[in-house]
Amino acid sequence: MISGIFHSTYEQDMALRHTHAQKIRLAILIVFLLVFPFLANRYYLTLANQIGIAVIGAIGLNILVGYTGQISLGQGGFMAVGAYTAGILTARMGMPWWASTLVACFVTAGVGAAFGLPSLRLKGLYLAIATLAAQEIILWVVTHWKAVTGGVDALVVPNPELFGIRMNTDFNFYWLVWALVILVTFASVNLFRTRFGRAFIAIRDQDIAASVMGVDLFKYKLLAFAISSFWVGLAGALTAHYRSIVTWERFTIDVSVLYLAMIIIGGLGKITGSYLGAIFMTLLPAVLSNLGRVVKGVFPGVEGIIPFIQQATFGLVIILFLILEPEGLNKIWKNIKDYFRLWPFSY
Amino acid sequence: MELFIQLTLTGLTSGAILALAALGFVLIYKSSDVINFAQGEFLLIGAYVIFAMLTQAGLHWTFGLVLTIAVAVGLGVMVERLVLRPMIGEPIISVIMVTIGLSSLLKAIVSTIWGNTPQAFPPFIPSEPVNILGATVGQDRLWALVIAAVLLGGFNLFFRRSREGIAMRAVADDQQAALSMGISVKRIFAWAWSIAAATAAIGGALVANIVGVGPELSHFGLRVFPVVILGGLDSIPGAIVGGLIIGLLEQYTGGYLGQGLNQVLPFVVLIVILMFRPYGLFGQEIIERV
Repeated sequence: MISGIFHSTYEQDMALRHTHAQKIRLAILIVFLLVFPFLANRYYLTLANQIGIAVIGAIGLNILVGYTGQISLGQGGFMAVGAYTAGILTARMGMPWWASTLVACFVTAGVGAAFGLPSLRLKGLYLAIATLAAQEIILWVVTHWKAVTGGVDALVVPNPELFGIRMNTDFNFYWLVWALVILVTFASVNLFRTRFGRAFIAIRDQDIAASVMGVDLFKYKLLAFAISSFWVGLAGALTAHYRSIVTWERFTIDVSVLYLAMIIIGGLGKITGSYLGAIFMTLLPAVLSNLGRVVKGVFPGVEGIIPFIQQATFGLVIILFLILEPEGLNKIWKNIKDYFRLWPFSY
Repeated sequence: MELFIQLTLTGLTSGAILALAALGFVLIYKSSDVINFAQGEFLLIGAYVIFAMLTQAGLHWTFGLVLTIAVAVGLGVMVERLVLRPMIGEPIISVIMVTIGLSSLLKAIVSTIWGNTPQAFPPFIPSEPVNILGATVGQDRLWALVIAAVLLGGFNLFFRRSREGIAMRAVADDQQAALSMGISVKRIFAWAWSIAAATAAIGGALVANIVGVGPELSHFGLRVFPVVILGGLDSIPGAIVGGLIIGLLEQYTGGYLGQGLNQVLPFVVLIVILMFRPYGLFGQEIIERV
């Protein structure tokens, strides 16, 4: 039986995975990710791809909200910046998709940092309202700047190709998006082992104390907005290339709320939480509409109100999680692990 | 000149309704430090309940309005008791998120009961256009302005003169001091939420009378933010003045500049105010600088 985790070498202390159980779980996860696309049909592959994009976006938002403590309701707007930049560069200027994706990340990081400027004077709910305004302003620009974005009309993006292989079929895109998910995860986990990540956490816990300790609030808050928006822009650009079509309806305030719900239900300030939240919030509506189709024979009226049931469940899940388990799915997962780690003496 | 008067009148009326929605918002923030993202849904529910009372139950509008207010008060108390009270002491982001979840839930309930398509509303306020200084304005808009003015004046009096109103201000000022003076803070929270829901319901009824009922009424929830930030989050006169200014601004930009600028300008104003004067026109200057 384990009474705790004790490190006896520096290598052990520096490792990302400490125990055998953690390493085994990681190995199982990797094997599952490698085998999954060969077993799944198109529907499940589409879901997996959506989850992959959502995980990237959720990790991005979590860096800002969960780790740095800056509440943002502008996620949808920042994703729109990423998606439209990538879409326009590829569709209008013929830039290769991977280059436009990279440019989109940097452009979104810049826009994110610009809208992060109010965070230097505002915090808490005032910042939330400022980012809400950012969301509305960005979306307004997208729908009204016809010459560049095409206004409310959909922007059609050519299919991404790599060495003659079309990348946005469900099967091919799966490899692309999950490779990027792993890259983003690895970068983000390590970010919080560096000076920058530690500064972010210090700002979240006590901004005044952080500045006394020599953390430049101006620099690090803007940096948090930029890094967070960089990944959010990646999620947006991937959406554009995966769907081959960009419309403003995909980036409304509802998207901002959805991503905020993902990280809160998953667990604020935890990378694992971003995964769990993204998976949960992507699967929830899918499961509900499948359930609706199953019970259609018994209750014929159900099919018409499935969207409302999804919306109601969405709201209810948020409320119940915040009241019953504010630390989210990540805490539940931890409780399960603790239970079995101490078994049979768990209490 | 005609256009100017026309826009001014329309701006004042839509501003008055915005002020009603903002009033409830400010009230909740003032007494319990909660930002209510579900204010637009309170307005939506008010509009649909009175719609159901008038068309589906066939009641006279006076009974309908009274019953609607009763429903709204019940809803406000229920929301406070079931959703907000467990959140006392939780971080701001949780409180923000719980009201966002609430707004989604309420919207879904309304859509399930009444469907998702806009419907015409049987006007209980006459809507024949009248001529003022050469500009034509629907009579219902003027009545909305009058009703909103009466209500806002009434609330002003309520906060200055009545026992409950003064108690609410005391709680807003300092919860512990209020508790030690024998004021029940829980009851005051319930008061705040029920008054907020009731004013929003009246606002909803007024809007519905002008434009009909539909799910897009909940957009008022977002339009309230520029109003309360301009006026000051914790100021009731601020909500009124802010509502009128934003209403006028929307109409002037819509009328003179067009191109949908009226949808975005309030939010630009919001950011500018947050940057230079975060406590708004009349709010208390307690913003912590970081």
